[in-house]
Amino acid sequence: MILTNVEQIPGKTITENYGLVTGNTVRAKNVGRDFAAGLKNLVGGELKGYTELLTEARNEAVDRMKEQADALGANAVINVRFSTSAVAQGAAELYVYGTAVRAE
Amino acid sequence: MEDSTLETIDLVILLLVYGLPVLLAVGGLVIGSFLERKHFESIREREKRLAGLPALPTKVLDSSRETEEGELVTASVVVSLDYFKRILASLRNIFGGRVRAYESLLDRAKREAILRLKEQAPDSDAIINIRLETSSLAYTQSRKKGIGGVEVLAYGTAVRYR
Repeated sequence: MILTNVEQIPGKTITENYGLVTGNTVRAKNVGRDFAAGLKNLVGGELKGYTELLTEARNEAVDRMKEQADALGANAVINVRFSTSAVAQGAAELYVYGTAVRAE
Repeated sequence: MEDSTLETIDLVILLLVYGLPVLLAVGGLVIGSFLERKHFESIREREKRLAGLPALPTKVLDSSRETEEGELVTASVVVSLDYFKRILASLRNIFGGRVRAYESLLDRAKREAILRLKEQAPDSDAIINIRLETSSLAYTQSRKKGIGGVEVLAYGTAVRYR
């Protein structure tokens, strides 16, 4: 599965269009990480625990999008966009969407 | 005799109540600015090293060269202010104006995210259509609770020419 965030796939031609595919995940942070981040918060800088947490979560959203595209018979998703929104206290939704296509 | 013990207890409580925040603020200021300086040094050094791989906000491919392949790359970083700067920033909220503490925080977060993006695609010739997205973490309903972190996500399409 090839992903790009432009309207084409560099080096390939798009032969068929299957429409929008999406993937999402809502994650809450865990207490242990929050505690470590709270300590790190005193001196500032990168909160590695959170970077990892969000990367994992985003990968899961992307995997769900890929599954959807796969089910449609696509082999690529173009014009991929990411979006993040805080839906509740301590929980964030990570959302990814794109256009499923077949490329050759 | 009893009076003096009471006085000591008062003093200890006073120290805990007023001393601890001051200690945290000073510690945050010293360690925080040291870490920030080190981070900026590392960012400048890596930016110089990765200057050969352009990160472009446009979608245009180089038409004079044949494209071999392109793939999505993503990178993110979560950063937060130190205790001292957070106090400064909240004081700024009263009077308004430039909040320098957050300016430098977001500056280093964005540059770090772009650098990580480039480090993920070392073999490519360019990264096109770079998008940067900033979102604040955990400062949702009550501003008092939670980690006031900021996430910067960078993504783009890494392109290799033939």
